[in-house]
Amino acid sequence: MLVLEKNALSEEIEKLVHQFGKDRSALLQILQAIQRKHKFISDFAQQEVARMMDIHPVEVNSVVTFYAFLCTEPKGRNIVRLCQTISCDMAGKEKIKETVQRELGISFGQTTKDKRITLEFTNCLGMCDQGPAMLVNEKVYTKLAPEAAINILNEIK
Amino acid sequence: MELEKTISKKRSGPVLFSEYKLGEGIKKALEIGRENILFELRDSGLKGRGGAGFPTATKWMLSAASLSDQKFIVCNADEGEPGTFKDRVLLLEYPELVFEGMIIAGYTIGAKVGILYLRGEYEYMLKSLEDFLATLRKDNLLGENILGNSSFNFDINIRLGSGAYVCGEETALIESLEGYRGEPRNRPPYPVNTGYLGHPTVVNNVETLASVPHILLKGGQWFKKHGTDKSTGSKLFSVSGDCDKPGVYELPWGTSIAQLLEIVEAKNTKAVQVGGASGICLPKSQFNRILGYEDAATGGSIIVFNQSRNMLKVLKNFMEFFVEESCGQCTPCRIGNIKLLEAIEKIEQNEFTFMYLNNLKELGKTMQVASKCGLGQSSPNAFISILENFKEEIFGLNGKGNGNGKA
Amino acid sequence: MVKRENERIPVSQQAHVVDKPKDLTNIGGTVSVEINEKKITVPLGTTILEACQLNQIHIPTLCHHPDLCIAGVCRVCVVEVEKMRTLQTACSFPIMSPIKIKTSTEMVRKARRHIIDLLLSEHYGECYSCFRNANCELQSLAKEYGVDNYPFGHVQEQRYEVDNSSAAVIRDMNKCVLCKRCVRTCIDFQEVGVLEAINRGHETHVGTFLDKPLSEVICINCGQCINRCPTAALRANDPSDEIWKAIDDPKKHVVIQTAPSPRAAIGEEFGQAPGKSFTGELNTALRRIGFDRVFDTNFTADLTIMEEGTELLTRLKKALVDKDQSVKLPQFTSCSPGWVKYIEHFYPDYLDYLSTAKSPQQMFGALLKTYYAKEANLDPADIVTVALMPCAAKKFECNRPEMYDSGFKDVDYGLTAREMAKMIREAGIYLPEMPTSHFDDPFGDASGAGLIFGATGGVMEAALRTAYELVTGREVPFENLVIEPCRGFEGVKQASVKLENCVEQYKFLEGVELKFVVAHGTANAKIVMEMLRKGELNDVHFVEVMACPGGCIGGGGQPIPTSAEIRKKRAQAIYEEEATLPIRKSHENTYVTNLYEKFLTDGPCGKLSHKLLHTHYVKRGKYIS
Repeated sequence: MLVLEKNALSEEIEKLVHQFGKDRSALLQILQAIQRKHKFISDFAQQEVARMMDIHPVEVNSVVTFYAFLCTEPKGRNIVRLCQTISCDMAGKEKIKETVQRELGISFGQTTKDKRITLEFTNCLGMCDQGPAMLVNEKVYTKLAPEAAINILNEIK
Repeated sequence: MELEKTISKKRSGPVLFSEYKLGEGIKKALEIGRENILFELRDSGLKGRGGAGFPTATKWMLSAASLSDQKFIVCNADEGEPGTFKDRVLLLEYPELVFEGMIIAGYTIGAKVGILYLRGEYEYMLKSLEDFLATLRKDNLLGENILGNSSFNFDINIRLGSGAYVCGEETALIESLEGYRGEPRNRPPYPVNTGYLGHPTVVNNVETLASVPHILLKGGQWFKKHGTDKSTGSKLFSVSGDCDKPGVYELPWGTSIAQLLEIVEAKNTKAVQVGGASGICLPKSQFNRILGYEDAATGGSIIVFNQSRNMLKVLKNFMEFFVEESCGQCTPCRIGNIKLLEAIEKIEQNEFTFMYLNNLKELGKTMQVASKCGLGQSSPNAFISILENFKEEIFGLNGKGNGNGKA
Repeated sequence: MVKRENERIPVSQQAHVVDKPKDLTNIGGTVSVEINEKKITVPLGTTILEACQLNQIHIPTLCHHPDLCIAGVCRVCVVEVEKMRTLQTACSFPIMSPIKIKTSTEMVRKARRHIIDLLLSEHYGECYSCFRNANCELQSLAKEYGVDNYPFGHVQEQRYEVDNSSAAVIRDMNKCVLCKRCVRTCIDFQEVGVLEAINRGHETHVGTFLDKPLSEVICINCGQCINRCPTAALRANDPSDEIWKAIDDPKKHVVIQTAPSPRAAIGEEFGQAPGKSFTGELNTALRRIGFDRVFDTNFTADLTIMEEGTELLTRLKKALVDKDQSVKLPQFTSCSPGWVKYIEHFYPDYLDYLSTAKSPQQMFGALLKTYYAKEANLDPADIVTVALMPCAAKKFECNRPEMYDSGFKDVDYGLTAREMAKMIREAGIYLPEMPTSHFDDPFGDASGAGLIFGATGGVMEAALRTAYELVTGREVPFENLVIEPCRGFEGVKQASVKLENCVEQYKFLEGVELKFVVAHGTANAKIVMEMLRKGELNDVHFVEVMACPGGCIGGGGQPIPTSAEIRKKRAQAIYEEEATLPIRKSHENTYVTNLYEKFLTDGPCGKLSHKLLHTHYVKRGKYIS
């Protein structure tokens, strides 16, 4: 990481700490904001958050690794999460999975070479009546047919 | 949005999906006062709709009685139970009920701050909910001096989860709000005494809070007329799986599973999972059981399986879910769930003995009583009930199956 | 008691248990409960575990530790409470109403057995090949519940790589039962913050920041986590094999120095009750093992007092007489290597406040390979120096690159009390039955001032005895030389002595109120450092900090288990031994005066002592790359 990038990130985190507060109860909101923008929370970011909130870096790391939607490793620009829970599974999740994998040439848990898309499974999205469901970043798509799923993926930048 | 405008909705039902005018609940609450709110609520017999079924009036009374200068209302919108999506419907289509329920709760117990803990998966709703809160503020239903009542200030903020099913457990939710890992706390003390930031906190399910305005408007006795003696009122059921009309249904408690299956046009049904992954799986012979706290209790998740489904695969899906979603702090849940999953894999590979499986069922019973929170206490339910109720299919004891789980 | 400002409440230390009322005579101050059909009365808010312990009812525990806040995660202590659907953990359940408790029903016994079976199923390795064999809480539980098979299997492969990176602490997560005692020790108790739970569900494990090796994070090597680990997931880096090798090598001259704290605790390793020192017995045992010379670390403790005391007086003179603004006061002690690393990481801008004097261990090492080598006519290359310490951090300290001032590695090996006990057992010796003997010359038996270094406040007390007498020509004005304000286990102690009728050389101190502060445990050190940062220590002259709770007697290399009570008894053993010694002031130790006459001829803080006995520190900071 370049010094300039580091400085920019520090500044950004400082703003977030200013916005949400220094109390521990603001931690998740701050981490979510970093995750939303950068799609991951780097070790430097974790330490900066810890420093500014006066907690230990390992505590931040502990929180980040607990929540499925926060991550410590860089991911693609778009995170696609396919629901793997029972109703979506029964509604044809497997077919969507296979189609999407073939289309993108990656498996679930991987990121495309151009960093455009990361594929992940997720647990119940609360769309059980309209499965199979898929979350693209924070947007939800339901009643997916294989073709529709591919169209959605091909449209995102 | 105008105050007097009736909100017209597509849905209909006896309580929650009945007609409602924005702001009426709050007006009524301010009119009858704190004590009467608690009385109405007690009369209604309303119990927590998240699944645990704790009497709502008791919860409110305990925290209302507390002398603490700071109290909190938390709306638990961390709807993560597989097969549950009723809160999604309430938040998208009936936000006024949910928020008014929170405001009334705040008024009753003397809280100034309400927090809606919205699961990360529902982030797409955030904008519309924030907009709705803005409307409420504009209409003086939220904020300072609500409806001109100078002693009543209450505001609501929305906090997002980040993908952790266990945060639906109220103390884990509080930990998460406080910026920690969503690890459930030791109880007692309970959140009504020592909750968010150590202050008395009422954590209610979305549906529970949404019921409150209707109860105040029409009375506890009216509410009680719906449902059964022990399960008063109506319930939202999220129905998914093998049926022609999946979706959210408002039905009185006491409806039988068979009746429900008819309504949702389920055909050729083999089994019904009541209460989501943490619930129990009932075979056809038990479809006459009724939905209610006294019989088949549920937070509303109904998953229908027809004859083509492999129940062992269903069970495996559930156990994989729990292995991932256990917070991992207590022994029975952290290690127990993986043992149950291993057993399923062994059944799949036909490498098990019944003694071993009996051991694991006993372990499941220990998990039900010795785990720290509801997650570990209920995760063995599916294991125990599916292996018991579908043993012919799974073990091929009736001669039809091949003994390795394939019917 | 100093109030903590901005006190952070770590997750595991939130008020999960209700406070007991202070006045039990009030109505509602107590509550009657029934435990196993026996009626008893306890203060409101007493936990079920406490109530049972008071009534001789044994409840098994694993994650519970008397030093730490309640976790309630292992679930081994579950009991039945009437009218409750589920079992309750005795450790966390506060009794607030007249409940009925059953501690040994079928459901309870079965649940406990299941929990133990589950833990064992993921606990890698076998008991006979484990250094905690016969001192393992998981093993004890297995025995208690008659475990004779693994109904849920037994892990056959290591899930985690053993972290051998640290010179002091080794982490083997394959043996971890996730009781999180180490987490609570590191974050809450010591407030260092190296360890926390990482990931969730079945993937949960205790880890460092980004799961980095211990040597690359901000671990201060205090080893307190080792003392509280119920299994062998944490242990000290044991050099005993190399020491045996040196002993067995006829070319090597192997000498050992022993610190007072392990002497006051090593009996516990041989089944003795805490509270007795085995100094003389140990001397004999060590000679029988094959150590060529046995020396007393207290000798260099006395020397430390001379050096550090002189340094303090010099700083005071510079500040008071020369009005030198650059002089840093108060002066902080530097004999605790855990504390030194703590300040290097957390307060790197305050290193100038630390005394430059080395710890007694390292002073001894430097003298052994110079002065002693010459005296004994030995090639320093052939001398192997071993230090028996109560400490895990001493292992790190002797490996610091700064510690080669003799031209060789000053101290070759730091050995904990536990490892020493193992060597003694290996040699077929039963320590408590050894005849006693004295230390070897040319360092002999040291003063009582050096001895009390082992307990918190000891360095301060020793320093005051000498400094006061040097400055005023009189003994400290405390009966029997016992400086009471230095003693006891309060986290941060403050006191002062007025300096009056000073001797000519120290007239500049006339009328000065010599103020001092004593802190033990890094959580308290943090309080003191924050006071310093805020300028609240401006009128204080000397601060003693020990990284471990209770001082060295509670060190990370001491026998397991530990508790406030055990530490108190160890301290008592030291104070009792001290009271019987003929010489109780460092400056009266004739071996020390001898050394200054014969070797360190330019006196305390002179040129040679600066080369051999003083050191410098590293600005480490908190950033982990």
